[in-house]
Amino acid sequence: MAGETEIEIREELAAADAIRPEKFDRAICIRGLRNQFGDAVIHDDLNLDVRSGEILGVVGGSGTGKSVLMRSIIGLQIPAAGEIEVYGKTLDTITNEEESRDLRRRWGVMFQGGALFSTLSVAENIQVPLREYYPRLDQKLLDEIAAYKVQMVGLPSDAGPKFPAELSGGMVKRAGLARALALDPALLFLDEPTAGLDPIGAAKFDELLRGLADTMGLTVFLITHDLDTLYATCDRVAVLAEKKVIAVGTIPELLATEHPWIQEYFNGPRGRAAANCNQTQAPHDRKS
Amino acid sequence: MVARADFEHSDGAKGAEVRFTGRLTLARLGDLPARLDALGPIATLDLSALDRIDTVGAWIVTRTAKEHGSKIVGASAEGQRLLDALASDKSEYRVHRVRRPAWARMLEQIGTASIAIWHELLGIIGFFGAMIIALGIQIRARRRLRWNAVVTRFQAVGVDALPIIGLMSFLIGIVIAQQGAVQLEQFGLEVFTINLVGRASIRELGLLMTAIMVAGRSGSAFAAQIGTMKLTEEVDAMRTIGVSPMEAIVLPRVAASTVTMPLLGFYASLCAIAGGGLYCWVGLDIPPLTYIQRLREIIPMTDFWIMLIKAPVFGILIGVTGCYEGMQVRQDAEEVGQRTTSAVVAAIFLVIVLDAFFAVFFSSLGWN
Repeated sequence: MAGETEIEIREELAAADAIRPEKFDRAICIRGLRNQFGDAVIHDDLNLDVRSGEILGVVGGSGTGKSVLMRSIIGLQIPAAGEIEVYGKTLDTITNEEESRDLRRRWGVMFQGGALFSTLSVAENIQVPLREYYPRLDQKLLDEIAAYKVQMVGLPSDAGPKFPAELSGGMVKRAGLARALALDPALLFLDEPTAGLDPIGAAKFDELLRGLADTMGLTVFLITHDLDTLYATCDRVAVLAEKKVIAVGTIPELLATEHPWIQEYFNGPRGRAAANCNQTQAPHDRKS
Repeated sequence: MVARADFEHSDGAKGAEVRFTGRLTLARLGDLPARLDALGPIATLDLSALDRIDTVGAWIVTRTAKEHGSKIVGASAEGQRLLDALASDKSEYRVHRVRRPAWARMLEQIGTASIAIWHELLGIIGFFGAMIIALGIQIRARRRLRWNAVVTRFQAVGVDALPIIGLMSFLIGIVIAQQGAVQLEQFGLEVFTINLVGRASIRELGLLMTAIMVAGRSGSAFAAQIGTMKLTEEVDAMRTIGVSPMEAIVLPRVAASTVTMPLLGFYASLCAIAGGGLYCWVGLDIPPLTYIQRLREIIPMTDFWIMLIKAPVFGILIGVTGCYEGMQVRQDAEEVGQRTTSAVVAAIFLVIVLDAFFAVFFSSLGWN
């Protein structure tokens, strides 16, 4: 028995060595991506790099395919053409189950509605990925991990045994984040994390996200409409329009571009308000 | 290959020292927690030789340090950030619900279930009353019934159910005839198979089987449709616009099931009789003409009236139960499933209970 466990552990360790996130400067590298539904082309020849350790905000008007872009990266949407590399691996060319699991282990995804499993409690939701990838962890450690994740995302101490239906909107988002962080991923995808939250809740979520990203050294791919979130958390912002990423850069860099949509977005009444609020902060020099 | 998480254990001057090596991360944890727990008191935890640490690693260090009161040294800047993040007290964070002993939970379940059944019954009766009031209001305000909705439901509840109900009743007719004939043959009375099939189909079985099928097909559909509409707040939207959900959603459905039931029940009885006739012809050599003639002699008109009186009542019951359960959905998708199940179960149960009452009632009227 002991020998068997030893072999199992070795195999697990060998598989775990296939991908080393810290070796890559660019977590995600997208080249020539094309997505279409029937005749409707969503993305055409889209290029984007996500650097390791940054929080990249992705903005764009409704229907520009922000969520589709995220779904293509995580393999829920098969692109019509183009290449997406995540830590040097391309999901469509991975044929073996081991490798694809290994890649999936590196990222956590938080969907817009939280997508918590409604039949499981918050703690059990957090434990689902842990049980799936590390079936030999003992229950005591699993419970402790669930407890500290609940605490890390700022949920109250009695939230663990609650079911998703018993949670408020903000708590569902936090629980979704806790599940996304269950495996200590290097890469985190967030789809509109502050949508539907009140301004105070949204500001707290921004703060939480910034803090977690700093503590855990996360790379974050953040889809948002929320200008305050952009100013408060993002290192760089990518703008989706005209089926492409038309600009990537820090907010001051984007403001220097001439593109009318970008100008309207950041210099509209809401954009100005958000900019004024965040003037005093210097959000972009985290890594220095 | 990077070394998995490991540690060296040595006895220093100030007590035992554990020096972690490799990568103290979830993926490379292996059986380290168990081996660490097996050690005696630890004075110092040395993290200086670690390649990498993640939150799980940091948690294991924190928990060991707390347990042995040991000192943590040599953490990298990154490691120290994680340790700080985990340092606060987590003892009050609960993961599981408080569990009572088995007997207490059993009692509690029996109690809650009893109360739930009682509330359910009251709820269905109350809902029926509310529906009648809504109908009254609609009539008094001279608003027309939503015929389009009624006809659509008619199609779904009645016409679409014809093939399955016909086939089912036909087969049941054959089975009754065949099983009856086997018993009656022993007395040389196989001709009474006709009485058995004819009276049982018209009076009881045709309608009962139809009610069960309609409850399963349409009662469940009502509950699921309305439940989903509740979840997407369509019902609330209706109310705010000023459309009464009772009028727009419930009444057309109940009307459809009420009108459809007698028709379907009669159709099912005919199919069952046809099935029985087929068996009599093939198995008992009774020609169809004789079969039909004999049926006219033995089936009293009261059997037919009994069926026609019961059918709309069952229809209302199935419609009301389905709509009521749908309207009770509050929380999530799972509840839609539960409510759909209980719509079917409650409808079938209530139909059978009512059928028993009807049987006793009509017999005491002398309608034998």
